Amino acid sequence: MINQLRVPVNSDSDIVIARQKGRALAEQLGFSSSQLTLIATAISELTRNIVYYAKCGEVILQRDDNGARPGIVVIARDEGPGIEDIERALQKGYSTSGGLGLGLPGVRRIMDEFQIDSALGRGTTVRVKKWKL
Amino acid sequence: MAVPILKQGQYLIATIQSALSDVDLTHLQDALVGQVGKLRSRGVIVDVTALDVMDSYASRTLRDLAHMIRLRGAETVIVGIQPEVAFSMVQLGLTLEGVSTALDLEEALLHLGQKTKRPQQRDKPS
Amino acid sequence: MADLESSFNQLTEMGESISTLLRELVAHLRESRTQLRQEWARRITEAKLLTAMSADEVFNEATAVYDQYVEALETGTFEALQTYARNLSERIIPRGVEIHEVVGIVLLLRDVLARSLFAKFQGDFGKLNRILDAYEPAANRIANTVAVGFVQERERIIREQQEAIRELSTPVLQVRERLLILPIIGVIDPHRARQLTEQLLRGIRTNRAKVVVIDITGVAAMDSNIANHIVQTVEASRLLGATVIVTGLSPEIAQTLVNIGVDLGKMTTVGDLQGGIEEAERLLGYKVVPTEEQTQQA
Repeated sequence: MINQLRVPVNSDSDIVIARQKGRALAEQLGFSSSQLTLIATAISELTRNIVYYAKCGEVILQRDDNGARPGIVVIARDEGPGIEDIERALQKGYSTSGGLGLGLPGVRRIMDEFQIDSALGRGTTVRVKKWKL
Repeated sequence: MAVPILKQGQYLIATIQSALSDVDLTHLQDALVGQVGKLRSRGVIVDVTALDVMDSYASRTLRDLAHMIRLRGAETVIVGIQPEVAFSMVQLGLTLEGVSTALDLEEALLHLGQKTKRPQQRDKPS
Repeated sequence: MADLESSFNQLTEMGESISTLLRELVAHLRESRTQLRQEWARRITEAKLLTAMSADEVFNEATAVYDQYVEALETGTFEALQTYARNLSERIIPRGVEIHEVVGIVLLLRDVLARSLFAKFQGDFGKLNRILDAYEPAANRIANTVAVGFVQERERIIREQQEAIRELSTPVLQVRERLLILPIIGVIDPHRARQLTEQLLRGIRTNRAKVVVIDITGVAAMDSNIANHIVQTVEASRLLGATVIVTGLSPEIAQTLVNIGVDLGKMTTVGDLQGGIEEAERLLGYKVVPTEEQTQQA
């Protein structure tokens, strides 16, 4: 069984690749079909943020049996411009790129754990986790 | 991956057959909004049965597409959203407001038939 | 001083001989097995305990319990008895045997055995006392083990039943073609709310439902999480292409929903289930006509 996968993100078609790989890994880990959809959707949003704001980066998908509850972890990492105001970026409906939206509040809602780390000029790392029910 | 668009009488039917990239989605939007005028269509059906993810970009594109098509004088129906996809969409707050939805193609045709009924002045009185 | 000394000697003697006494006790109980067991079964019937079971069953269980009892006295270990008590409970709980009956029969056995000890050692009062000192703590522990085993088993069954009720309590019913009804009864927790939504959405797809009536007459209380979940369910159903009608909002729940500011604009609500079904039929294009009227028209 594969425990970790790295998906390089350079263009818009990598969004589809990342979420398909994430869904396949989550399926191997035994997630239910409605959870698979949530995980794939979250990956889609996070990968799109990389493409639109940082141009390139990577998505790491891994099985995680550590911590209080086992599940799947998705890390979206880029070395783009970073987010100036994280608090605001996590508010519903906030967007800096003409109505596209960062999708971060939505991702936070559909995943069980959510961490964001961003520094202006140095990039952004988002780590999310979905627990297995 | 291009989406085939079928002309069926007064309607256009676009059946998405696999996962679409953002660029593919934008192409679909352009194609439908263009053709609806060219072919003088009264309704557009977009079949999304094959989509296993509908994220914010896809939802927004479909919503915009429906609004643009309305401005072009036609109605849009989205059909075949999967239960899991619908559940995930509402949790993300994506509800396709103002866009008609139907369970399948048959329902969508029925819905368009009701919605796009014109005063039948050219018909012979029955 | 002499008194103290003698009781100290007695205590030492007791400590040394407790296992000897128990051995003697066990030998006696084995010897009189047939007679004591019968006496016990008779007392059980007399006290009208275990009435849900036949005389043969009572006798068979009595024999098994008797042997386990003696074994526990002999070995001083209670694991085997514990397992037996749980198995016994699993068998008799579904037949309606109550906790007072289980405790009752174990206490009866304690009495029957104690009486036989009185009978056997009545000539030697000192010995009888020492035997009872050895017997009583063990007998109490046995009674305790059996009662706890029974209660634990019953709690396990209750937990299982709760789970089963939870599964059963969100039935998606098809009342006519393309019309589903989802009556929600009882307490909705987040787990159940999610299950309910998933079941309904799948039900819509498999039954090609066009209209769904969610009846919440049986819902006692609702918080903002659950209310939002219902709103989400309504929205998700619409995405599939179905219309949802919510019926049976109690005055309290209506008040709660307004107070917490749930967006009701997206929900169609009708007062009661009957009204909801009528509205659904209207949406589906059905017209309900009383049969008399139909005949007159025809």
